[in-house]
Amino acid sequence: MSDIITVDARGLSCPEPVIRTRQALKAGVFPIRVFVDTGTSRDNVSRMAQSQGCKVTVEEKGDGFVLTLTK
Amino acid sequence: MSSLGRFFASRWGPIITGIAVGVLAPILVKLGNPGNMGICVACFSRDIAGGLGLHRAAAVQYIRPEIIGFVLGSLVAALLFREFRPRTGSAPLARFLLGIFAMIGALVFLGCPWRAYLRLGGGDWNAIPGILGLFGGIALGVVFLRMGYSLGRNRSAPAALGWLMPALMVALLLLLVFAPQFGRDANGKPVGPIFFSTTGTGSQHAPILIALAVGLLIGFLAQRSRFCTVGGVRDLILARDPHLFGGIVAVVVAAFITNLLLGQFKPGFAGQPVAHTDFLWNFGGMVLARLAFTLAGGCPGRQLMMSGEGDGDAAIFALGMIVGAGFAHNFNTAASPAGPGPYRAAAVIVGLAFCIVLGLTMREPASA
Repeated sequence: MSDIITVDARGLSCPEPVIRTRQALKAGVFPIRVFVDTGTSRDNVSRMAQSQGCKVTVEEKGDGFVLTLTK
Repeated sequence: MSSLGRFFASRWGPIITGIAVGVLAPILVKLGNPGNMGICVACFSRDIAGGLGLHRAAAVQYIRPEIIGFVLGSLVAALLFREFRPRTGSAPLARFLLGIFAMIGALVFLGCPWRAYLRLGGGDWNAIPGILGLFGGIALGVVFLRMGYSLGRNRSAPAALGWLMPALMVALLLLLVFAPQFGRDANGKPVGPIFFSTTGTGSQHAPILIALAVGLLIGFLAQRSRFCTVGGVRDLILARDPHLFGGIVAVVVAAFITNLLLGQFKPGFAGQPVAHTDFLWNFGGMVLARLAFTLAGGCPGRQLMMSGEGDGDAAIFALGMIVGAGFAHNFNTAASPAGPGPYRAAAVIVGLAFCIVLGLTMREPASA
């Protein structure tokens, strides 16, 4: 069973969630799951991923969000 | 997400916020705020420091309601849209010192990034070296971010912590309105603090209710749209993302048009209110300020808005700015229209050294 690439960006200041997600995207292995805990990070990571051609689904989870990025 | 939420999350959010800033700042000038300024997070934090007696520069002492409004407007937005999230714990001491040095840098230029763009929109070409410095400072910050710089993660905190900064702002508002005189002169007569400038920039202010209302509106809009003048340039450099940059363009264009209509557009270098013409230090001060803002994760306006959302780390940065203003005037590093202060070089060099050391050494701790 393959591991899903996970980026834990909870609690990080702007723009670290975007930077870490971009680094994961460069590896080119999908899907990628990104954990964030603010609406700002959710929106920033979604926008960046979409600009890179990814499809983004967002689920609320606990106090934050899980974004699943697929190509 | 509601349709209103989607609107503010779109590129129109920062643009609407930028238009509000660019229109309302010149209007505030017309109503009494300092010329060539209108709104300045750095200058207004400095005026608050003066009002509280943290420095004794008589010309810049006034508790600015706009700053109070930013935090409380952001709080209202965060509560209404369920984004009030008390949190703290990300290297608060480093953020406090970053706030101090950001202010020291900003007061060498005489303005925060908001004011730099507003000055440009008013025809003050001395803002140009400041804006060049701004690009330089952010670019340097991006280098550190790409190397892995991080102040670490914050954690959820109890609700009470998130309410501390709004409560402090309400207390500041009460101090402004009731103006208690805590000091005593040699005869025991009450004197400031709380101080109110009778001449100079600190004596120039719009009516309290109007200034507060403008602050509340901008605080609300900026929280919703995540308006950030550091992010605007940083994201262009980092990811070619113009989302927040649209807000910056909106500020300049809206300010330009509003100033033209109000007869406040005065192009030139010399004789600009609350500004000096020293190219090197307009540039250098902003390099330091912008680098510090980038390392802290956002421009000073954004830090105030985040503090209204319950972010204790952003609040401590904002409080660092107020303390930094005290140092800047007491230590003679702050500029005036006559030119940069006598100790500006030492201040900028020490500040840059601090930021560079932080940029090279701060990393997220490895998990245990």
